[in-house]
Amino acid sequence: MSLDKAALLRAYRQMKTIREFEDRTHVEIMNGQIAGFTHLYTGQEANAVGVCEHLSDDDAIISTHRGHGHCIAKGADVMGMMAELFGSSEGLCKGKGGSMHVADVDKGILGANGIVAGGPPISVGAALAAKIRDNGCVSISFSGDGSVNQGTCFEAMNMAVVLQVPAVFVIENNYYSEHTNIEYAVGCDDLKARTESFGFPVFVADGSDFFSVYEAAGKAIAHARDGNGPAGVFAEMGRFHGHFVGDPEHYRAEGEVKDLRENACCLKNFRARMAETGDLEQSELDAIDAEVMTLIEQAVSAAKSAARPTPEQVTEDVYINYGAA
Amino acid sequence: MAEKTMRDAINEALHQAMAADDSVFVIGEDVAGCNGSPSGKVGEVGGVFGVTTGLYKAFGPNRCIDTPISESAIVGAAAGAALVGMRPVAEIMFADFIGVCMDQIVNQMGKFRYMFGGKSTCPAVIRFAAGGGFSAAGQHSQAMYQIMTSFPGLKVVVPSNAYDAKGLLLQAIADDDPVLFFEPKVLYQEACEVPDEMYTIPFGEAAFVREGDDCTVVAFGQMVPRAAQAIDMLEAEGISCDLIDPRTTSPLDTAAILESVEATGRLVVVDEAPPRCGLTADIAGLAADKAFSSLKGPIKQVCAPHSPTPFSPELEAAYIPDAGKIITAIKETMA
Repeated sequence: MSLDKAALLRAYRQMKTIREFEDRTHVEIMNGQIAGFTHLYTGQEANAVGVCEHLSDDDAIISTHRGHGHCIAKGADVMGMMAELFGSSEGLCKGKGGSMHVADVDKGILGANGIVAGGPPISVGAALAAKIRDNGCVSISFSGDGSVNQGTCFEAMNMAVVLQVPAVFVIENNYYSEHTNIEYAVGCDDLKARTESFGFPVFVADGSDFFSVYEAAGKAIAHARDGNGPAGVFAEMGRFHGHFVGDPEHYRAEGEVKDLRENACCLKNFRARMAETGDLEQSELDAIDAEVMTLIEQAVSAAKSAARPTPEQVTEDVYINYGAA
Repeated sequence: MAEKTMRDAINEALHQAMAADDSVFVIGEDVAGCNGSPSGKVGEVGGVFGVTTGLYKAFGPNRCIDTPISESAIVGAAAGAALVGMRPVAEIMFADFIGVCMDQIVNQMGKFRYMFGGKSTCPAVIRFAAGGGFSAAGQHSQAMYQIMTSFPGLKVVVPSNAYDAKGLLLQAIADDDPVLFFEPKVLYQEACEVPDEMYTIPFGEAAFVREGDDCTVVAFGQMVPRAAQAIDMLEAEGISCDLIDPRTTSPLDTAAILESVEATGRLVVVDEAPPRCGLTADIAGLAADKAFSSLKGPIKQVCAPHSPTPFSPELEAAYIPDAGKIITAIKETMA
């Protein structure tokens, strides 16, 4: 699976954009500029980008409460997203959704989702639509290791097989569902085997390595797109921040996050790979870093001065129309 | 005009909507039936109440889709398909099963549009067989529409006759917002005149089932024919009542209710669900808030007691309001 230079540059830019978006979001929350609960994707960027690089706007994704990375990888407008986090009416969802509900249906982003395993059933619906229309589209549900203990996840996986729809279940194992480790919360030893037992192939990836994810996701998506029914991707990765911003992280081992940042960083891995293959110059990556920093700075600056919603907007968009039309 | 049962009227609406629009499909448990059976008789069932009979044979497995018993996945599939432009009609069988898929209805499809900043539509319909009357006991008898009415983002429909059921269902399928469609299951066999052609009934427009001067009666679903029976019995005593069937509980035709209460000065609200936080309290509150100065007597609520639905036929008969209880309430407010 070879990637041309433009694709490599794009993949790095996307991962770096997610990283900077999240790190800057962390700062703004700590400064009291962003309200609500925010769950950062830092450390998991390679997984979102490795999957979404196979998709067009016509394909669908559904995301999680840790959704910023998936949305950026699928092409959500970063300026609109930051304005959304700031609760502005100029945000991507007019300030009605915030961090946990970023969506852009026109780009195939069926929403980040505040309910763990709320997304897989909906993703099966988008896949069913693709099957009925016979349009070659696929539907991806991202969900975490916490989601695979939810009944909705089981229902969605079984129904996707029964209906033979082009759904791809991407399981992101960051080892923690909130503050509880997978060692405690999952009763079986082999989560991949448990997922496969629903009756579809599951491809394993190193979620801190873009190329590993890109290859595994490519196989799963091709399987689904070619009309063979659902498939899965099972990727392990580190979560660099807590469950939510402000989480005291009592559950971490000493040095755990430092080790993750040093040894399981997708950006470092990507740079090392480029140094090895010579496909991209480090200076080209440095240039992207600078551009991304500028973009995020502009996004924060614009979000801070963006219009605030008015009280009249509180009841807008509940319905398209209500009552006698 | 031919007489049709509510079951046949709903079935006809589904056939016509699917024939008219390729994006309409039906999904649920046994909506076709017999899939995977050694009998080979796929499509022979049409749901446990027979409401989807014939759809599989007419439209095939891509438009009439049997699922496992997986209510969350059914609602989620409808919601996801609707988000990308289809018009699914999902069946969840007994309304009581909402408990199994509450998240997908309330937190997912009911909130997409608002949380996504008005940039999405979710034109899904979820159908339920609702209410008591079959001695089906605590987990197969609840109305549930009163609870779902409390959630913004969902439209809630409760037809009380075959004519309304067809027109309201065709409106529900054409509607771009998510609609919960509650079919009072004791009324499936009740017939009235129903046009053969397609027609729609707008949401938020109550029907005046009876017109009178002395008292306003508001009733829902299977309580509408019982309230009509009570009002007809009171005619002999010289008492005449308005009987309002809101037909949709969200949106609710508050104007029709208030106009009638202001004219009659009295209000009796009838529902089969338990009383706490229910529709009768909701409408009593509306009248107390907006039409208090018109009232000439106490607002009366007629509903089930605050208990689960019992099994025993005698107990269920005591549980679900009947014409006698409605007559008593009307007389009490006029005393």
